[in-house]
Amino acid sequence: MDDLDQLEAQSIYILREAYRNLKPLAMLWSLGKDSNVMLWLARKAFLGRVPFPVMHVDTGKKFPEMYRFRDEYVRKWNLDLLLGDCPPVEEIDPTLPPAARSAARKTAGLAAMIEKYSLEGVIAGIRRDEQATRAKERVFSPRGSSHKWDVRNQPPEFWDQYATPHEEGVHIRVHPLLSWREIDIWRYIEREGIPLVDLYFSKNGLRYRSLGDQDITSPIESDAATVAEVIAELRTSRTSERAGRAMDHESEDAFERLRVAGYL
Amino acid sequence: MSNVPAAARQDAATPIVIVGHVDHGKSTLIGRLLHDTDNLPEGRVAQIVESSKKRGLKVEWSFLLDSLQIERDQGVTVDSTRIPFRLGDREFVIVDAPGHRQFLRNMITGAADAEAAVLVVDAAEGAQEQTRRHAMLLRLIGIRHVIVLMNKVDLLDYDPARIAETERAVAALLKQLDIEVSLFVPASAREGDNIASRSPHMGWYQGPTLTEALALVPAPSGRADLPLRLPVQDVYRFDTKRVVVGRIERGRVKVGDSLVIGTHGTVARVASIESWHTAPQISAVAGQSVAITLEPDVIPDRGDLLHQPGETPIRAARIRSRLFWLRQEPLRVGESFRLRLGTAEHQVTVASIDSVVRLDDLTEHPADHVPPEGFAEITLAASESILFDAFAPGTTDGRGVLVDRHQRIVGGAPLIGPAAIASGTKAIHPTDSTVSLWDRAQARGHRGGVFWMTGLPGAGKSTLARAAESRLFTQGIDVSVLDGDTLRAGLCADLGFSEEDRTENVRRAAAVARILAETGQVVLVALISPRAADRDLARQIVGDGFQEIFVDADQTVCEARDPKGLYAAARAGRISGFTGIDAPYEAPANPDLRLATGQDSVQDAAGRLASHITGAVVLGDQSRQRS
Repeated sequence: MDDLDQLEAQSIYILREAYRNLKPLAMLWSLGKDSNVMLWLARKAFLGRVPFPVMHVDTGKKFPEMYRFRDEYVRKWNLDLLLGDCPPVEEIDPTLPPAARSAARKTAGLAAMIEKYSLEGVIAGIRRDEQATRAKERVFSPRGSSHKWDVRNQPPEFWDQYATPHEEGVHIRVHPLLSWREIDIWRYIEREGIPLVDLYFSKNGLRYRSLGDQDITSPIESDAATVAEVIAELRTSRTSERAGRAMDHESEDAFERLRVAGYL
Repeated sequence: MSNVPAAARQDAATPIVIVGHVDHGKSTLIGRLLHDTDNLPEGRVAQIVESSKKRGLKVEWSFLLDSLQIERDQGVTVDSTRIPFRLGDREFVIVDAPGHRQFLRNMITGAADAEAAVLVVDAAEGAQEQTRRHAMLLRLIGIRHVIVLMNKVDLLDYDPARIAETERAVAALLKQLDIEVSLFVPASAREGDNIASRSPHMGWYQGPTLTEALALVPAPSGRADLPLRLPVQDVYRFDTKRVVVGRIERGRVKVGDSLVIGTHGTVARVASIESWHTAPQISAVAGQSVAITLEPDVIPDRGDLLHQPGETPIRAARIRSRLFWLRQEPLRVGESFRLRLGTAEHQVTVASIDSVVRLDDLTEHPADHVPPEGFAEITLAASESILFDAFAPGTTDGRGVLVDRHQRIVGGAPLIGPAAIASGTKAIHPTDSTVSLWDRAQARGHRGGVFWMTGLPGAGKSTLARAAESRLFTQGIDVSVLDGDTLRAGLCADLGFSEEDRTENVRRAAAVARILAETGQVVLVALISPRAADRDLARQIVGDGFQEIFVDADQTVCEARDPKGLYAAARAGRISGFTGIDAPYEAPANPDLRLATGQDSVQDAAGRLASHITGAVVLGDQSRQRS
């Protein structure tokens, strides 16, 4: 087994644990590269099916290409899609810096969906190497009734023994891609031929490395127009993946505050 | 299906854990290592410089890891974190584990799957408590390759004699644990000596630098050649096919193989290996998550261990195990847990504590309890036979976790082997309910709990307890009252009012209350319990769900009420040791609820008590719907 086989096997194991132990369960689908890989891994785990709904928490501000992609693959992959919307920015904590405040709409939208469907498990595609705060996460990460992430009091997690819901109002965030790195994602996309929104590929010298809302995500300078070229570019790149995400850079703790409050 | 060219094959990254006593320089080492080997993303160095400057420090490499605000401000690494790291063609993942004692569970979270460890020891200070604790943990999780980094040698002026002195002491310590040290590297993480480049100050050292030592760590050895162990993770029924899924922990499986199914012993043949978007598979090896169909179409359960005939695992109902104990309270004989072993779960009771490791010298001693965050050897007794393999370094099975009734992981248990059947009076075999507290709570709509009502004689404890009991009962809450006088009439009839007897009275009341609360009941205990230490004992016995209710009334009010004529008797000298007259009452400093019965009516106070209790125990709508 090479490294991608090992990552794949581990993610499949995690998805099967989640499906067995958490009910009801749903997977977040942000339409980006990571959540497409995650969806692909679910089809591997369940032999071509996705036996739980996928959720799109829609900020209403995604790129039009992403909405087209979503509608196409819901049909092609026979997905049970749950849509949720987000409250207007005026209802969000005004002490957050502007981009973080905008991103926090998604936290509120997600919380509403978890409540609406009484979800016990939510599968999310975050990775440790994306952001230092995410590096601290557990594969199965319990969230209290207010959906807050209790960084100081995380349960022990070792030998593939994961947290289970133990209390009223607790749900579990499941992170099957936690050990994957950005380049692993791309190499897997190449190996498996996983479809992506074409915003990831260079047009007029620009491409998106990470996709969020239109107004708080910016493209990078790049000529990488194919998966192979993106991989080649990443092998030499030294800038961080989320450099184009405004909310990560507004203040030292902006992203951490978002995450503690329940952001992905 | 895709027609993309196969990507270049790459080996999986080797996980390396970095451990050591707090302030011996782990975080600094990692920062230095990443920087000197050119593994830092652009902008990170500038970020560290900026962060350091803001706090009035020189360049602080540890800020790289302490990336959470709370950690930066405390200056302590809170949780473990993983950093990918490349040396030439080889990928590593550095696991940083905190040195702070109370964070052992975070450390084990990070370290459990490491292939090799770097134990950082301050060359001047030598091994400290956490050095020993971490070394012990490395042994229990079976890490075979240990590099000792003798750090801060610049502070010893690179003096070989003084460095060698510490090295000998550390070597002796690790030898005691049967840990083979691959190498001792004298180094200074702050100055960069012998980390990624050879130190100009230590001509006497001919061995490898840290990066050279890391490159020598052997790749994980394969588990594919061991006898097959495939624990069943789940069974799916898709269309008309029944598919058994799980991850192969040891060995390999092929279409056509005969497999024995767990403790049932049924034998079935592997009819197919199912997969999606891969070439058709006829065999699979350890590490793969597989899906198989069986012929005949038998239905195994989750947790059943599939193996080949003639290659049977150990089968025993009493198991000797090592233990690292993560709970903040001690472990005692007789406690029951779920043992999660791979995908299996078994109900087990701690039948004996065979030895406990003393952490100041790492020797093993008999003891009646395992202290918080302690290490021990114990015997677990299960109600049925368990199939397992002894834990061996380099394998992923044969090691379980203990889960308490609140579903918390409280210990790690690398299994040693079957235990002899114990005999004699000390062998206890308590049975434990398989119904979890949460199941019970969901069925009733409320949790169990113990509301310990303390106060002077005549303050109104029993009156309030009975009034609240009737209110709660009409709300559908399963409630009972343990009243001091009732207890003394029966269960505690042998006890008087000496300090020892009062403590024993509290202990018995608390033990009974705990049993009732564990069945899901709300228990109101009305007991003077005048001493704070006794009430602390009660809290400890009951554990979670204990609340202290202070029934507060002035002694003059109580004495005026004197419902049982006891104050009068005490004043007349007919009884002695009476709380409030000639025995002290220690009022609670921070009760969970205070009821002032001197001012409020019984109705008001009972109403407040009842609503406080419902607030604490009744589940929300969401949970009840789910049940």
